[in-house]
Amino acid sequence: MATRAAPRPTRLRRLERPALAGVLVREVINYASYWKSSAFSSTVEPVIYLLAFGFGFGSLVSEIGGRPYVEFVGTGTVATAVLFSSAFPSMFGTFVKYSFQHTYDAILAAPVDTEELVTAEQVWMATRAAVYGCIPLVVAIGFGLDASWGMLLVPFIAWIAGFGWSGFGISVAGFANSFENFSYVVSAVLTPLFLVAGTFFPIDTLPTWARYLANVNPLHHTVELVRHAAFGFEGWEDLARLGALVLFAIITWRVAIHAMTRKLVD
Amino acid sequence: MGGSAPDHGNGAPAPDLAIRIRGAVKRYGPITAVAGLDLDVPSGTCVGLLGPNGAGKSTTMRLLTAQSIADEGEIEVLGYRLPGESKLARAQSGVVPQLDNLDTTLTVEQNLRVFAYLYRIGRGERRDAIEAALVMAKLTDRRDARVDKLSGGMRRRLLIARALVHGPRLILLDEPTVGLDPQVRQELWALIDALRLQGSTILMSTHYIEEAQRLADTVMIMSHGKAVAAGSPADLVLEHAGRDAVEVYGPPARLAEVEAEAAGAGLRTRRTGTSISVLNPGSADGIPVQGERRPANLEDVFVLLTGEEID
Repeated sequence: MATRAAPRPTRLRRLERPALAGVLVREVINYASYWKSSAFSSTVEPVIYLLAFGFGFGSLVSEIGGRPYVEFVGTGTVATAVLFSSAFPSMFGTFVKYSFQHTYDAILAAPVDTEELVTAEQVWMATRAAVYGCIPLVVAIGFGLDASWGMLLVPFIAWIAGFGWSGFGISVAGFANSFENFSYVVSAVLTPLFLVAGTFFPIDTLPTWARYLANVNPLHHTVELVRHAAFGFEGWEDLARLGALVLFAIITWRVAIHAMTRKLVD
Repeated sequence: MGGSAPDHGNGAPAPDLAIRIRGAVKRYGPITAVAGLDLDVPSGTCVGLLGPNGAGKSTTMRLLTAQSIADEGEIEVLGYRLPGESKLARAQSGVVPQLDNLDTTLTVEQNLRVFAYLYRIGRGERRDAIEAALVMAKLTDRRDARVDKLSGGMRRRLLIARALVHGPRLILLDEPTVGLDPQVRQELWALIDALRLQGSTILMSTHYIEEAQRLADTVMIMSHGKAVAAGSPADLVLEHAGRDAVEVYGPPARLAEVEAEAAGAGLRTRRTGTSISVLNPGSADGIPVQGERRPANLEDVFVLLTGEEID
C-alpha cells in the first residue's frame, strides 16, 4: 500500500479538535448499533419512576409547594435520567473498553492522548444525557406540566450534569480493579445521593445533616435547576447551583483524566 | 543495532533512521522489562524483534507509542523525541496490536472509517483510503460484514488494514500472527512481505523464528530486556551456530552422553526436546557424532542466546 501524504502536524496541542472528533465519530458509529437498548434503559427507567411515584405516591400527596406532585416528580426525574445515562454507562463502558475490548489501546496508538480520549468520551456521554434527560420532562408535559421558555435551558443543565457524572463514572472505572468494585460505589455513593437529591420529596423534610449533605450533592442542584427552569428561576441561588455543577464537572473531568492516564499509560 | 548501535552524536536524529533507541530502561516495580536497550530501525527496512515470552518485546513496542514511558534512555520515532512528541510520531505510524481490539459490533468498513477519522485523513481522501485498505487486506467483498462474523485470519487482515489506512511511514507489528493456524499465518506473511517489498519501514516483534527468518532484513534477538545479538538472519546463524548441525536422537541417557562428548570436544549443543543438536560439528574433526546432518538455523541461535530453560 503506497504511503499516503499524511498531513504533517506542526505543533502539539493538548486538546486537538481532530482527536476529539475521531473519538466522537467512533462513539457515534457504535451508537448506531446499540441505540435502541441504550435509549430504552436510559429513558424507560426514569419514566417508570415518574409514573410510579407520580401516581402511586401522588395519590397520598396531592401537591408540594403548591404544585401537583406529578409535576414535582416529573421535573425531578430529569436528574435521574441524566444520572442513569451518564454515570452508569461511563463506569461500565469504560471498564469494558479498557479491560476486555482493549479499545483504548487501539485509540491511543493513533494520534490521540488520554486527555483527549477522556474529554471526548465525556462530551459524548453528556450529549446523550442532555437528550435522555429531556424525556421525563416531555412525559410530564403529557401529564399536564405546563411548558415554559425556561425549559429550553434543561438540555444545557443536563449536559453539564451529564459531563460531571460521566467524569465520575470514568474516574470510578479508572480506579477500579474489577466490576465488583462498582458495587461499593453504587451502594455507598450513588444510592444515597439519589435519595437525598430532592427528586421524590423535598429535602426540607430531612434532618439537618441530610440537608447539608444535599447541598454538596450535584444531583440535588440538577433537580433544583431543572425545577426552577420549569417553574421560574431564583436568581443568585440558581447561579450558585450552576457554579456548583460546573465545578463538579471540572473536578470529575480532571480526576477522570488522571485515573485513566494512570490506567492506560504505564 | 543492539549493543553495537552506531552513535550519531549530539543527540540529533539520524535522518535515515525511523526508530532510534538508546539505553531504554522500563521497570515495573521490581521487574525490569527493558534493561538498557539500543535499537536502530533504518528507513525502508524490516527489523524483527525476536525473543521468548517476557523478553521485553511488547514493552518495547509500547514504548514506541508512548503507551509506556521509559524510566531511562532516549527514544526517537521518525525524528520525533518521545514521549513529548509522541502524538506527531503516532500520526505517521500504524500499529498492529498483539491483541485483537477491533470493534466487533461494527462492520469491516465502519472499523476502517473510525480509524480514518482517528488518523485525521481529510474528508476528500477518506473514501479512497478506506477502499485502498480494503483491497490491500482482500476484504472488499466483506466490507459490510460485522467483525464478529469474520474468521480469525480476516480479523487479523483487518487489523493490518486498519493500521495502514492512513499510509503510515512506519508500521509496528506486535506478534502479528500469534495464535493463528499455519495457513492463515502464511497468508499474513505474504501480506507483510508485500509491504516490505514496497519499501515500508517495519518493526515486527515475534517469537516465531520462521517468521523473523522469512520477513526480516535484520533480526535483533532480545532476552531479559536486552539485545543479545543483531544482524541479518544468515549472518546470525553463521556467527553463532555455524554452517550446519547434527541432530542426534535417542533415550535421555544417550542424549546426555552426546552432550558430554560434544562439550568435551569444545562443541556447542542445544536440546530440542527429543534430540540433541550438536552445532558446527565440522569444526571438530574426529568427534564421533552420529545423527542427521542439517543446516544450522535461526532457532539454534535463538536457543543458544536466550537459554534452553523457560523462566
